[in-house]
Amino acid sequence: MQVKCKIRRYNPTQDKKPYFSVYEVRMEPTDRVLDLLNEIKWKLDGTLTYRRSCAHGVCGSDAMRINGRNRLACKVLVRDIGHKMTIEPMMGFAVLRDLVVDMEPFFEKYKAVKPYLVNDDPAPVTERLQTPEERAAFDDTTKCILCAACTTACPPFWSNPDFVGPAALVNAHRFIFDSRDKAGAERADVISGREGVWRCRTVFNCTDACPRGIQVTNVMEEVKRKLLYDRA
Amino acid sequence: MYHRFDAIVVGAGGAGLMAAMQLARTPGIRTAVISKLYPTRSHTGAAQGGIGAALGNLEEDYPEWHTFDTVKGGDYLVDQDAADIMCHEAVESVYELEHYGLPFSRTPEGKIDQRRFGGHTRNFGEAPVRRSCFAADRTGHMILQTLYQQCIKREVNFYSEFQLLDLIISEGVCCGLVVLNIKDGEIHIFHAKAILFATGGFGRAWKITSNALSNTGDGVAIAFRRGIPLEDMELYQFHPTGVYKLGILLTEGARGEGGILRNNDGERFTERYAPTLLDLAPRDMVSRFIYQEVKEGRGINGSDFVHLDLTHLGADIVENKLPDLADFVRVYLGVDPVRELIPIQPTAHYAMGGIPTDVDGRVLVDEASSVLPGFYAAGECACVSVHGANRLGTNSLVDIVVFGRRAGKHMAAYVHETPFTELPRAPDDEARHQVSALLSRERGESAAEIRETLQEEMMDKVSVVRSEQTLQSARKTVHELQARFAQVAMQDRQTWYNSELLETLEVGYLLDLSESIIAGALARQESRGGHYREDYPERDDTNFLRHSFVYNTPDGLRIAHKPVNISKFEPKERKY
Repeated sequence: MQVKCKIRRYNPTQDKKPYFSVYEVRMEPTDRVLDLLNEIKWKLDGTLTYRRSCAHGVCGSDAMRINGRNRLACKVLVRDIGHKMTIEPMMGFAVLRDLVVDMEPFFEKYKAVKPYLVNDDPAPVTERLQTPEERAAFDDTTKCILCAACTTACPPFWSNPDFVGPAALVNAHRFIFDSRDKAGAERADVISGREGVWRCRTVFNCTDACPRGIQVTNVMEEVKRKLLYDRA
Repeated sequence: MYHRFDAIVVGAGGAGLMAAMQLARTPGIRTAVISKLYPTRSHTGAAQGGIGAALGNLEEDYPEWHTFDTVKGGDYLVDQDAADIMCHEAVESVYELEHYGLPFSRTPEGKIDQRRFGGHTRNFGEAPVRRSCFAADRTGHMILQTLYQQCIKREVNFYSEFQLLDLIISEGVCCGLVVLNIKDGEIHIFHAKAILFATGGFGRAWKITSNALSNTGDGVAIAFRRGIPLEDMELYQFHPTGVYKLGILLTEGARGEGGILRNNDGERFTERYAPTLLDLAPRDMVSRFIYQEVKEGRGINGSDFVHLDLTHLGADIVENKLPDLADFVRVYLGVDPVRELIPIQPTAHYAMGGIPTDVDGRVLVDEASSVLPGFYAAGECACVSVHGANRLGTNSLVDIVVFGRRAGKHMAAYVHETPFTELPRAPDDEARHQVSALLSRERGESAAEIRETLQEEMMDKVSVVRSEQTLQSARKTVHELQARFAQVAMQDRQTWYNSELLETLEVGYLLDLSESIIAGALARQESRGGHYREDYPERDDTNFLRHSFVYNTPDGLRIAHKPVNISKFEPKERKY
């Protein structure tokens, strides 16, 4: 199928402001949008710049705005977008070049929630036990690939870039609900603070954006309830 | 810019991060991890099915049985002392990962759950055994995330989106790296006492591959160019169940859970080839069974693929134990695996060969096992050799965790007792020249064209089945492509975030590695594991029960040999 693709371009070292390049390419309907970007880069315009690696939705490199929605370019097919598409970088982070945004602030927010198991008890010789039910309590949030599709789709984040954002909170949830974790108040202080989970306005954009199908808004509500009940 | 660290890890997948963890846990060592990606983008994250370890949580199992399976699975080209270490240390390494927080799936008693996997058996080949420790079908993702999380906790220094350009060796000691900051194009020199390459595989040499676009063997190629020989490069694994045409991996865990391969007649054809293990025979064999079915006209509708059948497993197993697989199949094929058959074909998956190392990750510079002080390698880029001629499923994760850990521990001790070696004068000259030549050349063909030809050639002539004729022809093509590559030109000549520059460098690496693979494949005139020669269909222990070392010399490639360590199990015919 013939696809007309508008891509937002910007090189801050060279361009005064962003502009759009338009490409016409012939693709199979079952090709990924990433295949289309590769077709442009490899055959038409080597200067087009984007991140990509695994090409099947597990590494989280190629989140971008496709016809206004945050998607992984490798996890959406050309036929699902159609003959006309507009591709832009994710919103809310500085553009480094074309579709590549500066991920450093994103990872700083992630690090702020202590996204790691805290348990200073001496480890047993074998595994720490955990029942399948305990394990299921945080299964959904173990799927996160840190692509930033949720955080950059979040209106409270757009209006306040200091908000830690849904991705960081998904990863906080991953440990808050892990029966082995002992961080307790230490992590709770960060996420219940000024720029923490209470900034969430349950817009559900994050849930729509997640390429891993994580119920992000629901996760946020679980975190909020946990903070309230633990305080009570 | 100049940086100085005690230890530097290149590559932030499982092996690199496991090593970084050991270094970070040792007080007083300054460590940096350099990666061309953000760490969690590494390809370890794509591993699905599990990590093999004889925990015996569900049934009787012993590391000794795991060692036997590894040796037999590798068609006896495995160094048995190394495999023995790996299979024993797998157990404590898996517990270490669990203590780091890895969310394994659990048994009703709360232990780590385990499932069957290809080639893993009880009591030296009697029947399949539940050995693969898993976290749904995203075990690699969980390993990568868990190790990255722990590295954050321990405040490891990361240099993300820094591309390796060169390895600095001075007076027989490895002492630094030349690295490009992808963002601004600046070239950095990293000075260190010990350097670990954990740079991964090179599946992108082939057209159909499960590997990420970034898996271009950069570290292996750079070591090769700097005079390090490469071991067993001809031994490359094709995984039987790649998504048709796309090559995306569908985990062997699907067959571990009871999935069946069927040909155009609906027949479970593995019954004819491997009556005991059936669909769970090792990957090299199953890939060849598929090749044979297709060749004899029993591919689906006479085409070049067969079916993976999960329809009898029920929605519960498919959705809960294989959720990512179900997702891939739905998104990319529009197929519902609960009710429909999945079209699959073999896909280029894993390099058994690579940079030769000892069991502590120290890089060997010759077949007499001389060590290059300060230089380490671990994971898919390395060849210990624990996979021999064919790697068993789950053993890639075992390899990265065990040998990443061992290399990290050895480096920690080494940097304590070793002073810095002075850098040679202008160690970045060559890399700077290489980059500026690419940035300034105005006319020439694109690297993308060369890559496309290379990938097609490797797929047609250097894949599941090979012969003197196909290999000679591929060798000629690769030489032509190397000559064309010397005149390659880019459209993007910016220094700021130039991804075309990276892709161009990567094509250069793939070309050199392809040349070494073909040289090894021509020299190995037998069939063993992942290397099948139509013109030499039998395994030949008299002449080829030995590792091959390929050297990059000014006069072209040179092949040498090293004996295999056979300390436990005498080679036997490989039947399943």
